[in-house]
Amino acid sequence: MDRNAGRAEVHTQADAGQDSPLLEMAGVTKHFESGKRSVTALQDITAQVQKGVVTGLIGPDGAGKTTLMRLIAGLLLPDSGTLKVLGLNVIRDPLQVQAAIGYMPQHFGLYEDLTVQENLDLYADLQGVPRSDRPARYEGLMQMTGLGPFTARLAGRLSGGMKQKLGLACTLIKPPAFLLLDEPTVGVDPVSRRELWQIVYQLVEEQGMSVLLSTAYLDEAERCQQVVLLHQGVVLGQDAPSVFSNPLQNQAFLLSSKRWGRRQIRKQLHGKPGVLDATISGDRVRLVTDSPMEPEKVTDFLGPDAELTVTPVSPRFEDAFIALIKDHTDTETEAPPKQESPSGVSAKSKDGDVIVVEDVDRRFGDFMAVKGIHFRVRHGEIFGLLGANGAGKSTTFRMLCGLLPPSGGRLTVAGEDLRAAPARARARIGYMAQKFSLYSGLNVLQNLRFFSSAYGLRGPQRKDRIDWALTSFGLEPMADMPSGNLPLGFKKRLALAAALMHEPDILFLDEPTSGVDPVARREFWQRITQLADARVTILVTTHFMEEAEYCDRLVIMAQGEILGGGTPAQIKDRYRSDERPDPSLEDAFIAMITSDSEEAA
Amino acid sequence: MKGPRHSDSPSQKRLMRLGGLIRKEAHQIVRDPSSIAIAFVLPVILLLLFGYGVSLDAEHVPIAIVVEQPGRETAGFVAGFQHSPYFAPEIMHTIQRAEQALMHREVDGIVWLRSNFAQELLGPGPATIGLIVNGVNANQARIIEGYVKGVWSRWLKHTALDQGMTPGPTVAVEQRIWFNAEMRSRNFLVPGLIAIIMTLIGALLTAMVVAREWERGTMEALMVTPVRIQEILLGKIIPYFILGMGGMAVSVAMAVWVFEVPFRGSYGVLFVTAALFLLTALAMGLLISVVAKNQFVAGQIAIIATFLPAFILSGFLFDIGSMPKAVQMVTYIIAARYFVNILQSLFLAGTVWTVVIYNALALGIMCLFFLFLVRKRMKKRLE
Amino acid sequence: MLRRILALMVKEFISIVVDPKSRIVLIAPPIIQLMVFGYAATFDLERVPYAVYNEDRGRASRDLLALLEGSPTFQLAARVHSDREIRPLLDAKRVMAVVHVGPRFSERLLRGEPAPLQVIVDGRNSNSAMIVLNYIRSIVNQYQSPAGETAPAGLRVRFWFNQNLESRWFIVPGLVALLTLVVSLLLTALSVAREREAGTFDQMLATPLRPGEILVGKALPGFIIGMAEATFIVLMAVYWFDVPFRGVIAPLYVGLMMFLVSAVGAGLMISALSVTQQQALLGAFLFLVPAIILSGFATPIANMPPAVQYLTFLNPLRYFLIIVRSVFLEAASFEVLWNLYWPMALIGLVTLGAAGWLFRRRMY
Repeated sequence: MDRNAGRAEVHTQADAGQDSPLLEMAGVTKHFESGKRSVTALQDITAQVQKGVVTGLIGPDGAGKTTLMRLIAGLLLPDSGTLKVLGLNVIRDPLQVQAAIGYMPQHFGLYEDLTVQENLDLYADLQGVPRSDRPARYEGLMQMTGLGPFTARLAGRLSGGMKQKLGLACTLIKPPAFLLLDEPTVGVDPVSRRELWQIVYQLVEEQGMSVLLSTAYLDEAERCQQVVLLHQGVVLGQDAPSVFSNPLQNQAFLLSSKRWGRRQIRKQLHGKPGVLDATISGDRVRLVTDSPMEPEKVTDFLGPDAELTVTPVSPRFEDAFIALIKDHTDTETEAPPKQESPSGVSAKSKDGDVIVVEDVDRRFGDFMAVKGIHFRVRHGEIFGLLGANGAGKSTTFRMLCGLLPPSGGRLTVAGEDLRAAPARARARIGYMAQKFSLYSGLNVLQNLRFFSSAYGLRGPQRKDRIDWALTSFGLEPMADMPSGNLPLGFKKRLALAAALMHEPDILFLDEPTSGVDPVARREFWQRITQLADARVTILVTTHFMEEAEYCDRLVIMAQGEILGGGTPAQIKDRYRSDERPDPSLEDAFIAMITSDSEEAA
Repeated sequence: MKGPRHSDSPSQKRLMRLGGLIRKEAHQIVRDPSSIAIAFVLPVILLLLFGYGVSLDAEHVPIAIVVEQPGRETAGFVAGFQHSPYFAPEIMHTIQRAEQALMHREVDGIVWLRSNFAQELLGPGPATIGLIVNGVNANQARIIEGYVKGVWSRWLKHTALDQGMTPGPTVAVEQRIWFNAEMRSRNFLVPGLIAIIMTLIGALLTAMVVAREWERGTMEALMVTPVRIQEILLGKIIPYFILGMGGMAVSVAMAVWVFEVPFRGSYGVLFVTAALFLLTALAMGLLISVVAKNQFVAGQIAIIATFLPAFILSGFLFDIGSMPKAVQMVTYIIAARYFVNILQSLFLAGTVWTVVIYNALALGIMCLFFLFLVRKRMKKRLE
Repeated sequence: MLRRILALMVKEFISIVVDPKSRIVLIAPPIIQLMVFGYAATFDLERVPYAVYNEDRGRASRDLLALLEGSPTFQLAARVHSDREIRPLLDAKRVMAVVHVGPRFSERLLRGEPAPLQVIVDGRNSNSAMIVLNYIRSIVNQYQSPAGETAPAGLRVRFWFNQNLESRWFIVPGLVALLTLVVSLLLTALSVAREREAGTFDQMLATPLRPGEILVGKALPGFIIGMAEATFIVLMAVYWFDVPFRGVIAPLYVGLMMFLVSAVGAGLMISALSVTQQQALLGAFLFLVPAIILSGFATPIANMPPAVQYLTFLNPLRYFLIIVRSVFLEAASFEVLWNLYWPMALIGLVTLGAAGWLFRRRMY
């Protein structure tokens, strides 16, 4: 469903001047004590939410979204400031506020060992919905969420998307005037995400509900009518999303070159004065400049040799976000790591298939996590496994690293099964887990020392690599900080540094950028592409569609199966149509899933 | 669909919420075998383990009898040991051999009849019988000493009668052991164990389930509904109280049928005091979970703070009166102490009102205190 | 290889010291338990409350009762004057024993007739009841010993190794074994599970470290800390609780090493089997409780049913308890103890082997 209509409406409403806002926050500050340190989660938040619209609370992980949601729901007390919901003082009358709002916490707050019906009954009891009203109410909700056929199923056995809808249904049992959804789209596939948005707009338009929804996906901001942009506990701005991106008109372009590959273009552009952002998009490069520019002028960045083709495009919310946080945190992004082409380790390995996966199955009990997948990864390429949570990516990944035995099929890495392989074979791979999995009690230096020893480095070589890790990842200033206390972006850097201590020629990255802000994500990919340039083979899993654009080739997984694969451009081409002349990877993904389930039916 | 009819009064709504919570808990109990395991399987296993593993009744104590010169007199004495169920005697002929056996822990004691035993016995002076006991386990050593003395005094009587002598003017200790005439240690250990096991189980049940709600994020979802704290607490206590009483019934049944401990008191009093005790344990578990908020820490505290103190300080095995004064003070805050008292009396002595009332009162005070603390500490907020 | 193991150990030690949960397991509970157990866990009776019902007016009864009153073991709590008063006293546990002297007690003794002395004991705790009876008997014997020479044979009792039968000499050396087991088991049981939960175990398995190296790197810190803990408690036992240390160090420490190998092995096996720290904790609890009950720590193994006695052969604590107590009190030498060493070593080898095998097999 297209939501452009909704956006237009916002302006008129804003211009018309609303009656008093639904939610008013002024000067809200919140600290948390962790040990001896006090962490500021929210600093002087002042914002409003209007009646009858969908407001997005947007920000990367750790921005303070959940804390703010909990403050609004009366679950936390602010250190200072005022909060008013529906004219009620949240600090003084939390019970009255809670009776009037609906709140869906992260992970949906469901009892996974109760059935769908039992969950609904519980919340109906708690909300005091009279028994006579229930059948009609349940029916409406089942119709809206499509959960009707599953009422007897345990909530824990539902898919991520169905859980999310059940969580929503439970909060809607007694229709609230104001609905708070905390990260409802995390961990669900793109189809379910789309369906959730449809439901949300249905609620707003048909029932006059107001919705505040938090999300870390910046592309979702464009679906909201209003956006509160939160970063590191501070509100960066509040307005309609187009208001954020409009000033960047004539600053966004798609570039391609006859002579250079997309990675090289991006590398050349990166860090040039006047360039705000350069990312890979399909087989082209998306450039955002820091001031409006004629398309012809853009070619000047790389000189005439590049033979650039420039297409102006409309700016996105993410561009605005990057512009804002670059202004805001005037910390210069680290100078791109000058990684000298890693020692000729790779030279001896022949070009060809480094990773081979043939008909691999993995079952857990009666559940098939991976069903007969096969793919091959060539030497020196960035290969992506794309899919929602629970699609089987991580299971596949763990099998490849030799951490989990397959139930059937064959899989080899550099010609060997890592599970049975001698330690020597494992010395050639680097592994970075999804969760931060270094020793959080140890400081940065101690971690690096441990991993370099574990990889068998010693003497001057070990010292050199540790120095290299500290300087080129910018970790020197925090070398004796416990790694558990590092900011998320630095944790990721440290984890990557640890995985690279021994200059591996195959690198496994599991969701390497989940949770970090877009600037840190770009910086991370910068390093990864450099490694690929140095002929390191990289296998990466991700559920960020736009991140998959960086991959040379990728496969898309859902429910343990591979739906399709190829280069990003090939995949998009396959789903190009008249209605969608320029499909995104997400569009392609949704098309794949729907055609897949149609086949099954 | 909008605007629900306000047909229900506030108290009806309160009941509806409480009913919903209890029903939810019941479904969870049925689906998740772990709480049923804690309530029913754990007490059975622990009772079997302790009931059979913990015993202070020595039987067939290996003992060396050194007979340096066998004869009619020594045979009479040795026969006393051979017929006693308490001893497994082994006849030896040199004290060196016996001492060797004692050093190697093959025997726990040595009865030493020297070569001149018969002579001395028939002579004017008294004969000397040596008894050496391995004193490392002091309690066991005392028990062995008591057994040997029993055999010895019986033998004395017999020899005196055989020789037609009247026993001298002696004070004859006539012992009457009330409540537990056979002196079975199991009779007092098993009721005590019930109290200890139920402390652990009561606290574990609530500590784990409330912590689980925090961990899974469902507590957050509950908190934003109009439900009140008292209702959440009651919704936890009532189902686990019923479950815990079931576990208690199983334990009592095992004590009576499996371990054959006599029950002489009133079942009604047992029911009431058990209910009071279980409430205290559940409240303690709630308090732990409110403080800990995660299952791992809650489980750890529940084990450390309930099981060990109850085991050592409740008086079920070690006599409280003999502990140092400072340690005795600590025992007053151990709920199991009071219930051990009640149970041991109900099982062995009958319904002794002075014991029941005093201890039940103490339990009641502790229970209210814990509930008060829980109510105070648990807020409808996430901090 | 040595370097890698060393690196692992350094990491392990730092994590234990930095992690508050592990640090607390190491320090607070052992000290508290040592103090509480050391003082509270005793079968010795002191200040036993008793009542006297004396119907006799003679000298003999007065002398006998005076002896009883003078004993530190007994404390006179009440004098009663009728049969009816006895029951409530015993029922309510106000006294543990009632000594009843009949009306013609002194007179009968004077006439050379046997005089009965009735002792009524609360048998609810049969162990205490028996001890009380024994105490009263020995006081009675003491009373009549000057006259009692007429008996044809006297019993001369000596207690080896623990002359005065102090329970503390039995319990406190036992605590060396018990607390060392608790600490080293909890530490190692949580160590792998904690890494699994944090994901660092996967990270480590993806490095060239071999399972054998991981095993040694994980086992050694538990082993060393267990050694330190045991040494601390031995010192406390000798210098704080004044338990005599009669043996030599070597047999004790050889035993301690074998014991720690088996304890660390059991801990690592539990850890390798569990996915979360909670499971590891539960596993450790389910191992510890039977291990303590069926070890002979508080109640003798010989009193258990035969089937249960066979089970105790699997329990490393059983062997080490005997070693500690023998070295402390009996001055036992290698010659006496070697039979206790190898079962622990065997348990250690089996559990460590299983743990190493499980590291790579059990990964989900």
